[in-house]
Amino acid sequence: MTPTPPVIEIDHLSKSYGAKRAVVDVSLSVEDGEIFGILGPNGSGKTTTVECVSGLRRRDGGSVRVLGADPQTDRAAVRAQVGVQLQEAELPAKLTVREALTLYASFYPDPADWRELVDVLGLGPSLGTRFGRLSGGQQQRLSIALALVGNPRIAILDELTTGLDPAARRETWDLVESVRDRGVTVVLVTHFMQEAERLCDRLAVIDAGRVVAIDTPGGLVERLDTRQELRFRPSRPFDDALLTVLDPVDELVRRGAEVHVTGTGDVLGAVVSTLARAGIVAEGLRVQQPSLDDAFLAMVGHEPASRPAAPQTTQEQS
Amino acid sequence: MTAAATPATPAPRVGAAPSGRVFGHLLRNEAVLAWRSGAAVFWSAFLPVAGLVVIGSIPGNRTPQDGLGGRSVLDTYLPILMMFSLTISVVTLMPPTLAIYREKGILRRLSTTPVPPSRLLGAQAAIYAGLGVLVSVVLLVVAVTAYDVHLPDQLAGFAVALVLVGAATTGLGLVVAALAPSARVANALSTLLFFPLMFFAGLWIPRASMPSGLRTVSDWTPLGAGVRAIQATVDGHWPPLSSLLVLAGWAVVCGVVAARTFRWE
Repeated sequence: MTPTPPVIEIDHLSKSYGAKRAVVDVSLSVEDGEIFGILGPNGSGKTTTVECVSGLRRRDGGSVRVLGADPQTDRAAVRAQVGVQLQEAELPAKLTVREALTLYASFYPDPADWRELVDVLGLGPSLGTRFGRLSGGQQQRLSIALALVGNPRIAILDELTTGLDPAARRETWDLVESVRDRGVTVVLVTHFMQEAERLCDRLAVIDAGRVVAIDTPGGLVERLDTRQELRFRPSRPFDDALLTVLDPVDELVRRGAEVHVTGTGDVLGAVVSTLARAGIVAEGLRVQQPSLDDAFLAMVGHEPASRPAAPQTTQEQS
Repeated sequence: MTAAATPATPAPRVGAAPSGRVFGHLLRNEAVLAWRSGAAVFWSAFLPVAGLVVIGSIPGNRTPQDGLGGRSVLDTYLPILMMFSLTISVVTLMPPTLAIYREKGILRRLSTTPVPPSRLLGAQAAIYAGLGVLVSVVLLVVAVTAYDVHLPDQLAGFAVALVLVGAATTGLGLVVAALAPSARVANALSTLLFFPLMFFAGLWIPRASMPSGLRTVSDWTPLGAGVRAIQATVDGHWPPLSSLLVLAGWAVVCGVVAARTFRWE
């Protein structure tokens, strides 16, 4: 079986708004059937990148291929096969859920059965409800339904869970997985680490309009200089030198009854076996492992969501 | 990591649904939304018809008056009420609705589908202009059947005049929608525009009572030209060519300005 070609190929994409360089240099490819995350701080160029993919914006440079077609010159092909859930796009307040679904289904040559979508997304009870009276979570579900009603091969979901409460966010994550289970390739734009870690097969980390890294969530974490921290209460006192002489151990700090040991490599194995040989039991042993958050911070150098406004910050266009 | 077990990729589905069916769907949808908003129904349909009934049910309003150029009050106000209905519909109500569509990202969402947002713009203009034209016809039918107003001998001339008024006012409405940066500004602009437009249509001083200088200015405004054209058909003549040209001019100029300046987001 020959490998299927990537469904999206972006090569040296660039896009500026006046003097603001929203996307400086982005290259990435998305494989058929995966959930691909685009992760970055606010204003890093994530949205602009996917807007160039869906044909909403004209790029300044580079090339974009979506299912082999250029979204700029072959709009029809891209629009029929790519469903887009936009950040902050509403519907007329007095349009009901059923009307929105039938209307949008009529736009496509080969639409999905919207009744089935309604079941999957749990919109059944609100079919007759007007958009303006739906809760934020329900509006988001409808938005996903509209992105899928054209029976797309690719769904682009932009900041899907922003503004949702934690319960609704978790439900939405399940929905995204069910979308992928339908055979739809998902491109997920997000600035939530937890969301990316939970859902994405692969991730591109974008900062200031450039790709910083592309890898699996696990791969991104492994790239970190994997410092681990162990915390435990020794069953009896011991001399610091017992552990600090060990190769993998960098530092030992005592915090009251607790001992904190940081190190790299197999620090856990070395510490535990040495203590055992000395007849010491490490009570309440905990290992702090680096998370995607730490990996992200190490790559981007600042917090994901709350980035201070710097003069050179490119503004995310909505 | 990628789903290697994905079945053979289906043939790409290119193209769009039949555009006639899509436009029909958009039209129906916009009509339903306009009906639910209530404002269009009240201001553009109910009020002008009620106004006609009030004027028509007072017998004195049906006798010719010298001050009105030999026409009755009813004859004078019939075209003005038609202008009122069309203007409220396409100049006052349509632009804020379109501005909201832009503000809330409805046009943007549409641009991600195979249907271009201009199709929605067309559907909305058709619904609002269609409402104004329909009410105008209803006004004529009521006036002719209930109040013995003379049916225009030149029905074709009446139709041409009405369609041109519809085109000119729709053009104005689209210019407002194009230039207004927000729904609030669109609202303010279109309300502001309503008064001079209706003034020159003769809502407060009928054209026959206007000083000649003022009437000349009125001839050049879209609604002044509209009243002049339709009045002529009710009087039994073909509309003056100059009035039709003024209407067509407004329609073309506004159409071009709107097309050049309309922002989709």
